[in-house]
Amino acid sequence: MSANLLTLAGVHTHIGAYHILHGVDLLVPRGKLTVLLGRNGVGKTTTLRTIMGLWPASQGCVTFDGRDITALATPQIANLNIAYVPENMGIFADLTVKENLLLAARQARRASQMDKTRLGWIFSLFPAVEKFWNHPAGKLSGGQKQMLAVARAIVEPRELLIVDEPSKGLAPAIINNMIDAFAQLKATGTTILLVEQNINFAKRLGDQVAVIDNGRVVHAGAMQALAQDEALQQALLGLAL
Amino acid sequence: MNKIDFDWKPLALVPLLSLLVLPVIGSTSTWLTLTLAGLAMGMIIFVIASGLTLIFGLMDVLNFGHGVFIALGAFVATTVLGLLTDWTVSPDLWRNLLAVFAAMAVAMVVAGAVGLAFERFIVRPVYGQHLKQILITMGGMIIGEELIKVIWGPQQIALPLPEALRGAVLLGDAAIEKYRLLAVLVGALVFATLAWTLGRTKIGLLIRAGVQDREMVEALGYRIKRLFVAVFVVGSALAGLGGVLWALYQQNVTPQMGAQVNILIFIVIIIGGLGSTGGALIGALLVGLMANYTGFLLPKVALFSNIALMVAILLWRPQGVYPVANR
Repeated sequence: MSANLLTLAGVHTHIGAYHILHGVDLLVPRGKLTVLLGRNGVGKTTTLRTIMGLWPASQGCVTFDGRDITALATPQIANLNIAYVPENMGIFADLTVKENLLLAARQARRASQMDKTRLGWIFSLFPAVEKFWNHPAGKLSGGQKQMLAVARAIVEPRELLIVDEPSKGLAPAIINNMIDAFAQLKATGTTILLVEQNINFAKRLGDQVAVIDNGRVVHAGAMQALAQDEALQQALLGLAL
Repeated sequence: MNKIDFDWKPLALVPLLSLLVLPVIGSTSTWLTLTLAGLAMGMIIFVIASGLTLIFGLMDVLNFGHGVFIALGAFVATTVLGLLTDWTVSPDLWRNLLAVFAAMAVAMVVAGAVGLAFERFIVRPVYGQHLKQILITMGGMIIGEELIKVIWGPQQIALPLPEALRGAVLLGDAAIEKYRLLAVLVGALVFATLAWTLGRTKIGLLIRAGVQDREMVEALGYRIKRLFVAVFVVGSALAGLGGVLWALYQQNVTPQMGAQVNILIFIVIIIGGLGSTGGALIGALLVGLMANYTGFLLPKVALFSNIALMVAILLWRPQGVYPVANR
């Protein structure tokens, strides 16, 4: 079994006439939390969408658990036990919180068939999910929607969890809640790949870090090493962690 | 924050319209006859429109070729009922019903199968392109009509009602055509099945989610393209069923009947909210009632009364009575 669950090698992605990724190389170690850092518009979201097959790679190779998934369709990729939370959260506003979770529970045909122990754990992580169980998801606040989006991604055990900016626009109290949730997920051995712009969030959770710039990974290594190297931070991100 | 609040106001439109015309008509028995006839006609229109509502609601496809499946269903019914003449001329109600149900089943299978090909070769290349969808599906309907003429001929074909379904039953002083009662039952069954499937099953959940965010449904591991094809086939099959009901209601079929009904269907789904099954039912019932009331009271305005109805509804709710989230 390879130490890396997910590997991107020389991945290029075009969106229409635009060449967004220019040969991304990325290793996501098994059981670790890897943070993808970078300024706005450098290709972080595109990298995640390329992994999920939503914007297929035009060149290069994406490997998951030793299997080439570059040419697979999005549902096939998701069915390899990969959960994805997009930047816009992808909440189905007209469905209830319960129905949003039921959709992600592939083994369950009805809410009563969902894993109650796991639901209990999710409710302990995100009490709002239980509180608004039968309410339309569209009426939740931004923070509650983000909790629902993550809850939906973990409603069944997944090998890889890909989350695009989980702390975006959230109040500090909810961010702490989210950090606790990811810490508990890490403890279960789930491999996590996060795109994040909140540096404190990234520093508190990240085991590994990859910094992306102009469609290429320009630095990869341990988060702790980057957090302690101010000169490198300045050079890569233009700021100190 | 409230739990899902059902919007009851649109449901009041049907009784409201009925009660508003009661003093104008004067006679209660005439009013009851017209109202029941209008509701039955509305149910038939609902069955025809329900397929397009599904296709538009989930797939965002403006299928102007929907009418060809209606005509196809009607012509298939002429063939099946023609083969079952022994059953249709029998005074036994059950034999008559068996013949009609056989025609409905065959029409649905044929319309569904043609719908499968229609989706693959005509609709699939133009997903997401509304203008091209309108043009190519209208072209598809023209080709379909010509193929119907090749198979069944260009002339109008009479389709008499089976023996036991002719005539009317009396409810007090009101006369209700027997066939319209059957149409109401079939329409109610179609609505109940659609409502149950969409509201109570995981497939229905996927369809409702797909209406809102297809990409996310795929990212959850579901092949929405297969669901699209299935919905198109079901929508076409329902049009075939509606064609049988409409043909027996009109008691004749022509290759152009689909194109003629198309306008009515679009009025219904626009009133309904472009993709809502419940909205389509309300729209269809209103259209059916309006056609019967104006036909009796003001025959000269009957032709554009449904357009006036649509305008009035859209002035009240510009996105239809039950607008679908992503439109």
